[in-house]
Amino acid sequence: MPAIALALVAIACVVLWSDFVPAERDAANDLLTSPRVGLLVFFAVALAGVLAFVTYRITAPMVRSARQVAEEVQLTAHGNPEHRLSLSCAPPLRGVVKAVNDLAGIRSQLMAEHAAAATEAKAQVDEERKRLAALVAELDQSVLVCNRDGRVLLYNAATKALLGGAENGAASDLIGLGRSVFGIIDRAVIMHAVEAMEQQTARSTRESTHFVTTTRDGRLLRVHAAPVAGAADAAGGMPELSGYVLLLSDVTEDVDADAKRVALFQGLVETTRAALANIRAAIENLTEHPEMDAARRARFGTIIRDEAVGLSERLHRVTAEVTERLRARWPLEEMRGEDLLTLARRRIERRAGLPTKLEAVDSELWLRVDSFSLAQGLSYVARRLKDEFQVREVRFRLAASGGHAQLDIVWQGPPLSSETAFAWQSEPFTSAGEESALTLTEVIERHAGEMWYQRDVPAQVAYFRFLLPLAGEHAVLRSRSALPSRPEFYDFDLFRHLPATDALDHRLLTDLAFTVFDTETTGLRPSGGDEIIAIGAVRIVNERLLQGETFESLIDPGRGLPESAVAVHGITPEALRGAPTIDKVLPRFHRFAAESVLVGHNAAFDMRFLQLKEAQTGVRFEQPVLDTLLLSAVVHPEQDLHGLEDIAARLGVAVIGRHTALGDALLTAEAFLRMIPLLAEQGIRTLGEARAASKKTYYARLEY
Amino acid sequence: MAKRILIADDEPNIVTSLEFLMEQAGYETKVATNGQEALDLAASFRPDLVLLDIMFPAKSGYEVCQRLKGEPATRSIKVVIVSAKGRDVEVAKALELGADAYIAKPFSTRELVAKVRELLGNP
Repeated sequence: MPAIALALVAIACVVLWSDFVPAERDAANDLLTSPRVGLLVFFAVALAGVLAFVTYRITAPMVRSARQVAEEVQLTAHGNPEHRLSLSCAPPLRGVVKAVNDLAGIRSQLMAEHAAAATEAKAQVDEERKRLAALVAELDQSVLVCNRDGRVLLYNAATKALLGGAENGAASDLIGLGRSVFGIIDRAVIMHAVEAMEQQTARSTRESTHFVTTTRDGRLLRVHAAPVAGAADAAGGMPELSGYVLLLSDVTEDVDADAKRVALFQGLVETTRAALANIRAAIENLTEHPEMDAARRARFGTIIRDEAVGLSERLHRVTAEVTERLRARWPLEEMRGEDLLTLARRRIERRAGLPTKLEAVDSELWLRVDSFSLAQGLSYVARRLKDEFQVREVRFRLAASGGHAQLDIVWQGPPLSSETAFAWQSEPFTSAGEESALTLTEVIERHAGEMWYQRDVPAQVAYFRFLLPLAGEHAVLRSRSALPSRPEFYDFDLFRHLPATDALDHRLLTDLAFTVFDTETTGLRPSGGDEIIAIGAVRIVNERLLQGETFESLIDPGRGLPESAVAVHGITPEALRGAPTIDKVLPRFHRFAAESVLVGHNAAFDMRFLQLKEAQTGVRFEQPVLDTLLLSAVVHPEQDLHGLEDIAARLGVAVIGRHTALGDALLTAEAFLRMIPLLAEQGIRTLGEARAASKKTYYARLEY
Repeated sequence: MAKRILIADDEPNIVTSLEFLMEQAGYETKVATNGQEALDLAASFRPDLVLLDIMFPAKSGYEVCQRLKGEPATRSIKVVIVSAKGRDVEVAKALELGADAYIAKPFSTRELVAKVRELLGNP
């Protein structure tokens, strides 16, 4: 600044000088050369200097302060939203700073509210998902939810049980989150149903689609498909089909039974017709030709009698067969004992017109019964008591006894002979006005129960006592015991549509399905004759370890097992006796691992064994492979130890169940899951990046 | 000369009645008790009409009918199916295979005789 001022003065001087006429220049010369002028100039310059200094002292802090404020505003805006500007700035800026701080405060508050609302919404959605999953898990009905591409988003234990009926659990291996439903149900059939559902969605009708299809093991499934509509598109048009719900039921037995029923009926009709034809033709011959000789007449008489007898016998056989079918197919249901008695009393009062009463009844008892035939049976007994012994009232008692419920139908009156009691048990209900041809003996047999007639002489009463099964706790728990932690049956994130054409290398590690596996072997030399004796595996889908979707099998190696190997994994030759051989197990494992990335600890070792078996088993594992040993070296390059237990300890994974194939696979899977975020910190997010990084590590250069 | 009727049925009780009926109506009869025998008799006995049951153990009435109607030598023989099978698909099948009439068991003897007369003209 002072330099500029000096320059300006100098320029002014030069300009002035050049403007002077000669007389003026002389006068100026005189003036400038006079000693007082020098003094004057000095004072002038000094004054200018002082003025400049003072101005600088006043404005410089202002400028610096403004810069600081700007920096701080940047920080608040883009870095730390909670940062507030310092008030120790130049006084004229304080007003601005306060205003900025107010603004930042309002912004922070808005952000906090926004975040809270988002968290709440997410929690709500999670809650609803969990509720839905829990609900579906409890259903006896087998449920399968798929996205548009046929990936399984949700299934329940009933589905697993339904598909698990196949030999070796082969079909049950095929069911899993993120797996394709086409592995279970024929693709063409599903696509047909999807088309039908799309048309319905387009017409906005809501009928459901039914079809029957066969499973690979030849069972018949009836499938009820219902569409899941996505959000309506931006133009407000029809919502697209985003997936579908399949309800499965195994109708093999039903269809079989139906077919048998039809055949039975058909047979009955045909044989009856033939017999009737014979009888009718014979009778018509007799009546229309009265002149017939005695021998012929006798011959036709015999025909009629034989045919009539044959017809009766056939009807009897068919009736017996139908009854047998009914017995076989009648399901037992769980029912409160008191409700059963209410049912029976109503029937007795209405049909037999006999008053009933309850004596001691344990209202807490739950039975496992075929309530309809039991009520019929009780009503039958009451009816016979009334008709044959003029009994005027029956009473009921119900109590637990041992592992059974004992149900008594009690009356006052003359004693029954044991013959009568026996006859009542073995005569069909139809003999006392009931519709069913069942007998008490059959009904009791169906319940695996007992019944008998007894008298209580002091009390002057008689009763029939029925022992019936109680509804056991095992029945309630039965459907849930098999599989852990229900929420793993669903993964709605799979609804996000991932184009199938995306090369796996470009997919995020967090989006992929992994099969984490481990093997146990007879030794360490895959090419030296050592064999796999166990494979264990678990699936990871969308960053979740699916405890319910595991694979585990021992394998008969077809060779001896060295002591040293037994010492490592504890699998003895006895344990392997009767285990399937590798050519049975590998194809199953191959199906289990289909469409996923393989992960193993020191996977090269296991892969070598698998590769050596390719020719023998006919299966090739062509999917990408990740090795946690290599990834550990990527994540922690400065560490020397990358053993499974070392990395587990480092990553904070509890070590349990080591040295079983499944135990190690689970441990590896946990460790792998914890590596994914650590890899992301290094910018390794996709499968391709993880594979490239693995290759670069020192360990990757080792040959196995 | 009386017209000839071949009765092909494996149940003696209906055969007795049919034989009696046809003879009373003035026809000459012979009996075959299985499909093969029916075909053999069709060639040797040369009947004008066959009363044919469907349910034979080996060669079914359907097959017999088809063979009779497929051969020029036997094509003119009238075939009346007399069967306990009576579903409409079974009737349709028999008629498609060339049967001239289908009478479901049980039947009225008068109607049967009337049907035979209709097909053969008077004996």
